[in-house]
Amino acid sequence: MRAARLAPVALVLPSVVLVAVFVYGFIAWTAWLSLSNANDLMVSPVRLVGLANYARLTEVPRFRIGLGNTVTFSLTFVTGCLVIGLGGALLIDSAVRFEGLWRTIYLMPMALSFIVTGVVWRWLMNPSSGLNLLLDGAGLGALKSGWYTDPTFGVKAIAIAAIWQLSGYTMAMYLAGLRAIPGELYEAAAVDGAGGRQTFWRITMPLLMPVTLSAVIVLGHVSLKIFDLVIAIAGPQGGPAFSSDVPANFMFQTVFQANRFAEGAAVSIVLLVAVSLLVVPYLTWSLKRGIGL
Amino acid sequence: MRSHVRAWGIAAALCIVALGVHAQGARKLEIFSWWTTGGEAAGLLKLFEIAKKETPGLEVINATVAGGAGQNAKAVLKTRMLGGDPPDSFQVHMGRELTDTWVVTGFMEPLDDLFKQAGWEKTFPKGVLELLKGSDGRYYSVPANIHRANVLWYNKKVFQSAGVQPPKTVDEFFQVADKLKAAGVTPLALGDNGIWAATHLFETVLIGSLGAESYRGLWTGKTDWNGPGVRKALETMMRMLGHVNTDHAARSWDQANDLVIQGKAGMTIMGDWVDADNLAKGVKDVGWAPAPGNTGVYDALSDSFGLPKKAPHRAETLNWLKLVGSKEGQEAFNPLKGSICARTDCNPKLFGPYLQWAMEQWKKDAIVPSLAHGAAAKESWLTAINDAMSLFVTSKDVAQGQKLLTAAAAEAAKK
Repeated sequence: MRAARLAPVALVLPSVVLVAVFVYGFIAWTAWLSLSNANDLMVSPVRLVGLANYARLTEVPRFRIGLGNTVTFSLTFVTGCLVIGLGGALLIDSAVRFEGLWRTIYLMPMALSFIVTGVVWRWLMNPSSGLNLLLDGAGLGALKSGWYTDPTFGVKAIAIAAIWQLSGYTMAMYLAGLRAIPGELYEAAAVDGAGGRQTFWRITMPLLMPVTLSAVIVLGHVSLKIFDLVIAIAGPQGGPAFSSDVPANFMFQTVFQANRFAEGAAVSIVLLVAVSLLVVPYLTWSLKRGIGL
Repeated sequence: MRSHVRAWGIAAALCIVALGVHAQGARKLEIFSWWTTGGEAAGLLKLFEIAKKETPGLEVINATVAGGAGQNAKAVLKTRMLGGDPPDSFQVHMGRELTDTWVVTGFMEPLDDLFKQAGWEKTFPKGVLELLKGSDGRYYSVPANIHRANVLWYNKKVFQSAGVQPPKTVDEFFQVADKLKAAGVTPLALGDNGIWAATHLFETVLIGSLGAESYRGLWTGKTDWNGPGVRKALETMMRMLGHVNTDHAARSWDQANDLVIQGKAGMTIMGDWVDADNLAKGVKDVGWAPAPGNTGVYDALSDSFGLPKKAPHRAETLNWLKLVGSKEGQEAFNPLKGSICARTDCNPKLFGPYLQWAMEQWKKDAIVPSLAHGAAAKESWLTAINDAMSLFVTSKDVAQGQKLLTAAAAEAAKK
């Protein structure tokens, strides 16, 4: 009897301990570090300095620019993925031929790592190769751009690559959502004399809301954490005048280039809070409804 | 009882085996660097070859980390050093990158005995000896080579057809630039993807505007970053940026050099690894001169090796350091790497025309530490200057640039 009760605890215990140490333990450690004066390779004695590191961050132009870029990137990337994903799903759902083939083609980029995507797009968007040559050849020279090397374009170039990678995934989510809408609803709507547009806005879209929300959460936290794609496309410096830089990249540079561990920890905590603001409400909401992420 | 005896027996046997393995493994040497390709990798392997000949049975572990001009390697090195698992010796830029990162934190062993024993205080120039010392006045690393950062490389044919000579002063630079522009050529090629090439250009401008003595003062607090000298340098830099290729942010230094080779650009200001690049590409029409205003100043950087306190194979490492600083080692390594010896007694005949020229300058020029390549400022300071440059190159805002540079210097002076 006792063994039967203990068994589940014993089985779960290792992962609880590992998560407690390697996730929450390190989060706590990072939070402590961000309040300390450990802004060199070795600092002794290490002492707490309150919010000094956070205060300093507000004065660092690179951090401010990075935060702004994150907002631009998230908006461009999430909107792009949702629009293209929904469009693709509707097309495929409306009985295009070779559905399986299209689905595979659009889903394929998701299988790549961001580093691979980044290297490919780095060359596609190089000012003297790839897209610009293509545009030249098509007589659309006016549309040429410096992409990630143009400070005014900057992080939107990174978003293009990210959209390419994840709009297929969004499409798959929408496709599943569309397939889950009972056909009777459409039949009933048709009986009531609803037109195509009405059916779409009154039935399809509302019933896709949970999918959209899930997609926004998944894409949103990807965009807040983006790092590898920026490194691969714009390099560790985040492009000219940090036009493609993001806080995660800045954090890495601060810690491993400048040896400013406490300041880097402060950046991580800011990022963690930003992601939590997005994810925690969603988790509470989905737990209440009894569905997983 | 029986089982106890057996357990002790096994333990003893294991100890003997472990000792045996240890004795066998003692002749090992792990060298950590970011030299993975081209001439530098060839030079490193050549040094290993000599080390193995000197110590038969020596097993050399070539621990390289590729990418990012050493950035990735430095990140890996930090985790290893802080984790108590240092390599026997590692490639590190002579100067602040070594002293302010690893010496002040007490990770390195001083090498005074080795320097005395090998007589290096006489064979290395004074300017270099100063850069090898920690704040306690003791030596902490052995330089394998010397690169020169402040070199102007120009396309001879382009210069000839535009009727210009390599500019000696900053004023001449702008006269030449205007003539090149009129001839339809981009005056100055720049490849500042990753920004360090812009910082590199800026350090030559700083030297040109301030002179060797005041430039050195920037790193010791004697020269004011908020003063007129730095302001003039930023203004010159801003004007220079008006003469560079528009796609500079997309190019790397070697891709900028390609513009010069192809005659699309007249000149580029870059370190003497350009010479190795030109030799590898079979280019002969490219000439060199000191960067504008840099005559008589040798803006130096060096790859050096030191001895971490916890180096697992101390004796082998000392042998390695002896080899790195020896005439034999330097003469084997440098012609392959495309750099000159840190020693002043190497045989010039082993080197190509550019390097022979550099060796001449090395003996008589004032030696100053390179900023962009880790000699002049500690890593956090250099990172802050790189960040300031990144904004300045785009905004071309002199006041903002000087404010950021001054703030960076103040922050660096805090400790």
